[in-house]
Amino acid sequence: MKEKIVDIIAAYKGVDAAEIATDKPFNEIGLDSLDVAELVMQIEDACGVEIDITPELNCIDKLVEYIESK
Amino acid sequence: MGLKIIGTGCGLPEKIITNNDLAAIMDTSDEWISQRTGIRERRILSAGESLLELGTKAAGEALAEAKTKAEEIDLLIVSTIGGDYKTPAMSCLVAGELGIDCITLDINMACCGFLYALHTANAYFRAGMAKKALILSAEALSRLTDWRDRSTCVLFGDAAAAAVLEQADSEPVFSMQVRGKDGWEHLHALRGTDNCPFNDFEDNGFLHMNGQDIYKFAVSSITARIHEVLEKCSLTIEDIDKVLLHQANLRIINGAITRFGHPEKFPHNIEHYGNTSSASVPLLLHEEKGNFQRGDKLILCAFGAGLASAACLLEW
Repeated sequence: MKEKIVDIIAAYKGVDAAEIATDKPFNEIGLDSLDVAELVMQIEDACGVEIDITPELNCIDKLVEYIESK
Repeated sequence: MGLKIIGTGCGLPEKIITNNDLAAIMDTSDEWISQRTGIRERRILSAGESLLELGTKAAGEALAEAKTKAEEIDLLIVSTIGGDYKTPAMSCLVAGELGIDCITLDINMACCGFLYALHTANAYFRAGMAKKALILSAEALSRLTDWRDRSTCVLFGDAAAAAVLEQADSEPVFSMQVRGKDGWEHLHALRGTDNCPFNDFEDNGFLHMNGQDIYKFAVSSITARIHEVLEKCSLTIEDIDKVLLHQANLRIINGAITRFGHPEKFPHNIEHYGNTSSASVPLLLHEEKGNFQRGDKLILCAFGAGLASAACLLEW
């Protein structure tokens, strides 16, 4: 799951997946609030889940945990 | 029986407020605003200017281009979140300014207002109750936004734009949705404090918006509405000449382009006007019409408070 999400984010940012830090807040890896909204939509489509964006979901690790709990 | 747009016009405030003008009075910057929204400047009503003046100018231009006299108009619809007066309806005042004597009505469908006005005019045409209609979208978002909230006040602008419609053989095809209970709170403005001695209602009346949820709603509803009108007509995006989207945020327009491709089919002018609510689609139509050929297939599409969304596929 994490690999899939990192690949989506890496493709969106046009960088190598290895460059994406999964434990850093989204704003520290160059993603603003609308980037996160766009990526959440792409991840919803790719993973078949609905994601409520909340302030707690502020990094990839927490997003993965959230999706896996659903 | 359908409709054809035979004239358009616009009315804009004189004052241009750039991102740097905003940065001089609040904690923001041109870079922050333009990267997150695509907006570089917007028009704002100043003292002495009224929305009625802008609307009357837009409507007058549209009538002149349509070579239509005021007395030929038998339906006038104004879409606005709020005119200069709570009552009478702005459409009554526009009719008075232009010498129009017919059924007039205001509709408040926020950013979807022009599409809902188009839908209503089409229904009048189909019912044989009108042959020529004037629809005007006139919005003064500067009166609704909280100028102390840097996350929302940078987004909006004031404008008016109008179109004259006449009956034609070509039928427009619509896709309309109001989600109502589901998420409307993400974009709303309460009516503001009153002084009735029998209640204690208090609210500043300013616009509240949750940007991330509105982004998701906007991109998903644009996608759904456009797919629906295309399916109804057995067409694909390749058959469409231009898609005129509500200009709320360049990032939303780019979200639509990610899903449909063909960036050349999605013109935008948000750079110069910001989000002008229901005026944005007819203003873009007015500015882009020089690039259209008669018979071109256009999709107009808007989304906004409600949560409402609408699309119309029509022949130019």
